[in-house]
Amino acid sequence: MSWTWFHRLGSPPYVYGLARRLTPWFAWGAGLLLLCGLYGGLVLAPPDYRQGNDFRIIYVHAPSAWMSLMVYTTMAVAAAVGLIWRMKVAHAVAASCATIGASFTFAALVTGSLWGVRMWGTWWEWDPRLTSELILLFLYLGYMGLRAAIEDTQRADRASGLLAVVGVVNVPIIHYSVVWWNSLHQAPSVMRLGKPTMPPAMLLPLLIMLAGFTLLFAALLLVRLRGEILNRERTAAWIREALEA
Amino acid sequence: MTPRQRRMTLVAGILAGVTVAGALALSAFRQNVTFFFDPSQVASGKVPPGERFRLGGMVTEGSLHRVPGSLEVQFVVTDFAHEIPVVYAGVLPDLFREGAGVVAHGRLRADGTFVADEVLAKHDEKYMPPEVARSLKRRNGESRAAPLPSGTAGVNPAGG
Repeated sequence: MSWTWFHRLGSPPYVYGLARRLTPWFAWGAGLLLLCGLYGGLVLAPPDYRQGNDFRIIYVHAPSAWMSLMVYTTMAVAAAVGLIWRMKVAHAVAASCATIGASFTFAALVTGSLWGVRMWGTWWEWDPRLTSELILLFLYLGYMGLRAAIEDTQRADRASGLLAVVGVVNVPIIHYSVVWWNSLHQAPSVMRLGKPTMPPAMLLPLLIMLAGFTLLFAALLLVRLRGEILNRERTAAWIREALEA
Repeated sequence: MTPRQRRMTLVAGILAGVTVAGALALSAFRQNVTFFFDPSQVASGKVPPGERFRLGGMVTEGSLHRVPGSLEVQFVVTDFAHEIPVVYAGVLPDLFREGAGVVAHGRLRADGTFVADEVLAKHDEKYMPPEVARSLKRRNGESRAAPLPSGTAGVNPAGG
């Protein structure tokens, strides 16, 4: 098996060009899927038998929460690749993930809180799922803070990369928190063994929203990655050529 | 060993170490950190006497009584093994109903009644349109309308 594709991904000019070419595809795909998913979720899907129309916040809440975990995993894998192969582009990917992941986590917490006050009767409880998700937000913020505190890019990469790798243990804890402990938050409806506990008319828009959120993450990541690469390579000759092209 | 292999071992080692530490910490938490106790745990004396705690379970069908002229309500919380009567004065959340999951925060009185100062409705993971719920209810008869939510079932011992 040839490793040239992997080595090419280590080259900032190549990745910069690739990101520029791929961004519109992901962005348009995300826009289309999110429109379809929102129409399906807010208009076509039937109301829930107990929550009525309030359940529809799931179409933003659940994809945000899934993305908060997916983005963190991406960040940790990129940081590990960066640490092991000394790959600058991988560190740039990890650094680009943090703000996006923190935003998804924040969205998941806020939408969950809005739903909770109507359904549970409380904005916030120190429940295992809610608490571990809040820790995830602090991990993202800690990662961003650590990067910002270290001036030298290479040292910032290594220190924050270790934090990202260590923090990944929180990801399975968040997912299984509702299974391992008695919690106020309900068990998974979709990401579970066996069939989803939701009829197709409700489930399909949710899966479309998840695909849309994933493409949105990809598009945002590529935009941020280009900025990150430009900032890191600002003295390199290829930048001038790329910007003039 | 090349430097890259050494870094790979180092990262894998750190990850393994943190995972083991996390697993040990969590297994220690499992006995102590519990968001709520179910009636069986309360009956077997797992709750320190006189302390505030959360009681979780299902509201027994037909057990809800409102005291006329006040906000006070009485109901029974069950895990289908033990039952605990609850009194509460306040507004009940939207999802609160008989046969559904509930988490109440308060204190156990000497006579075995739980005096709650906060009642939260626990939602289960099931979603369905109203028509489906109605036809399910008709088929099952009125007695067993609501499915048992996971997490409130009395089958998991010691808060597991």
